[in-house]
Amino acid sequence: MNLAQAIREALESLASNKMRSILTILGIVIGVGAVIAMLAVGVGAQDTITGSISGIGSNLLFVFRGNQTTEVSRIEPLTLADAQALLDQFQAPSVNKVAPVVNADVKVIYAGESTSTSLVGVTPSYADVRNYAVTEGEFITQEQYLGNASVVLIGPDVADKLFNRRDGLVGETVRIQGQPFRITGVLESKGGSTFGSQDNVVMIPLSTAQARITRRGSDRVDMILVNVLEANQMQQATDEVAQILRSRHRTKIGEDDFTIFSQQDFVSTAKTITGVLTIFLGGVAGISLLVGGIGIMNIMLVSVTERTREIGLRKALGARKKDILIQFLTESSMLSLFGGVIGIGLGWLIAFVVGRIAAASGTPFTPKVGIDAVLLATIFSTAVGLFFGLYPANRAANLEPVEALRYE
Amino acid sequence: MPDHVIVTNDLKKIYTMGQMEVHALDGVSFEINRGEVVAIMGPSGSGKSTLMNLLGCLDRPTSGNYLLDGEEVHSLDDDELADIRNRKVGFVFQSFNLLPRATALANVELPMRYAGVDKKERIQRASAALDAVGLGDRMDHKPTELSGGQQQRVAVARALVNNPAILMADEPTGNLDSKSGKEIMELLLELNRKNGTTLIIVTHDQNVASQTRRTIRLRDGLIEEDK
Repeated sequence: MNLAQAIREALESLASNKMRSILTILGIVIGVGAVIAMLAVGVGAQDTITGSISGIGSNLLFVFRGNQTTEVSRIEPLTLADAQALLDQFQAPSVNKVAPVVNADVKVIYAGESTSTSLVGVTPSYADVRNYAVTEGEFITQEQYLGNASVVLIGPDVADKLFNRRDGLVGETVRIQGQPFRITGVLESKGGSTFGSQDNVVMIPLSTAQARITRRGSDRVDMILVNVLEANQMQQATDEVAQILRSRHRTKIGEDDFTIFSQQDFVSTAKTITGVLTIFLGGVAGISLLVGGIGIMNIMLVSVTERTREIGLRKALGARKKDILIQFLTESSMLSLFGGVIGIGLGWLIAFVVGRIAAASGTPFTPKVGIDAVLLATIFSTAVGLFFGLYPANRAANLEPVEALRYE
Repeated sequence: MPDHVIVTNDLKKIYTMGQMEVHALDGVSFEINRGEVVAIMGPSGSGKSTLMNLLGCLDRPTSGNYLLDGEEVHSLDDDELADIRNRKVGFVFQSFNLLPRATALANVELPMRYAGVDKKERIQRASAALDAVGLGDRMDHKPTELSGGQQQRVAVARALVNNPAILMADEPTGNLDSKSGKEIMELLLELNRKNGTTLIIVTHDQNVASQTRRTIRLRDGLIEEDK
């Protein structure tokens, strides 16, 4: 018997028991649909998160105080002088720009309206390093930085909250922690990110922040952002920065009192997390596919029992074990293949709906049904059909013709 | 020298049921010539079904030799037996055993599918076989649309389509009214006369047995009478 014939016979046999076949297929449809949808959600989440990390800027290194991996006896804070030292062309030739920052959570008030936001104390280079732009006014200037000016750039979210508009705000005065600041610019919207909205932010000169908001004295900074010249120099830049900081902080060997993350580190960490999430979601969905497979096995066993006489007859007419095996395996594979194909459609639909819901609730998140997921689901569901069909088919193939013919 | 299509020598079939050994066949030896018509009779439990299963290569003897059309079949494995059944044995069953969802033509085609005959030749040969049993105009009918006698005719056509060495009929008239039964017997005997097909009929109907030249009577797993 050739394959086309086997498929035709399998289809006829499945069609003769439509309700039963449909219900069996439904199990696989739900399983495959769930796998496709979950993988799509996982991949979509991954894309969104890595996308938003990349959106922070390009070729960035993040230098923090402290060390999370080893115990260090003495931790020196990062200072403005550290940041300045990183610009040394000879010790750190691959460093392009440096932006030290201080962070604080503050309350901003305008005419009785108040909002909580995060304040970043920045230097003029921050705009380039983080790809920030203003929609009106100008970014913090060198003069403002040097002069401890009480000026502020406000993010679009803050503008919305306090003023209900995003233009014509330059010259207004807001109060931050009770102190008056003059608005000199409105930041361009960068959209939401996994780390909270990048638009819910106010920026003031670093010097002003140190003097009037954090009041930590001297020139301590919370983080130094380093912009590296070329993408392929990230490792080299990391080594150069580390070397400079080690000598400046006089650290013992192996006891760095700072931590350097590259953007790539964040991306790979995020990828690991979303990868685990995807596997988890896919695994849960896979269980339902497994249950669908057991459904196939169940129905095939019933079918074999019902058709014992037919099997006996076929054997009497010269069917070999292989012929019977193929006949029943074809049936179970057809069930799972149909289930798989419909399931892919269902999964795609679910992913689409999830994307729509996410979009409607303001989260920029697009589930992605990848070709690999479709292939995986197709192969996996057919494999499920084969695997769970194998036992019933084998049982049919090994029936003794004499016994089978006598079966009532 | 006579042309033996079947030679059995001390054929035994012993079933073990728990502690008990049941000798379904206890040493049976006989020959059947090509073109002969033989009835196998005996009361229930005499071993005639067991003998039919062995002669039809559906089962293997516990001991003894069986030569079918010159081939030793008592020691073949399952798939080799399937092949022998396909090429050398045609079956007609008491309950017809047609595939209910397939047309008469598809039912008759079935043995040729397992023989690997290509589609064109299958349809041609199956149509010829259905013509030969007088159902040339019913090829596209399903078994449920045919009378009992017609269904058994389809079964006969199916049994003959691979030109087997022997045709085993197990109570071929058992499920039919007397008129259709008579017609089926006439058909089988006519096919024997025309094509020289060796015909072995297992029955306990004396009327059927009386139409054959030779009758083998079994009792308690042994040949009681062979004439």
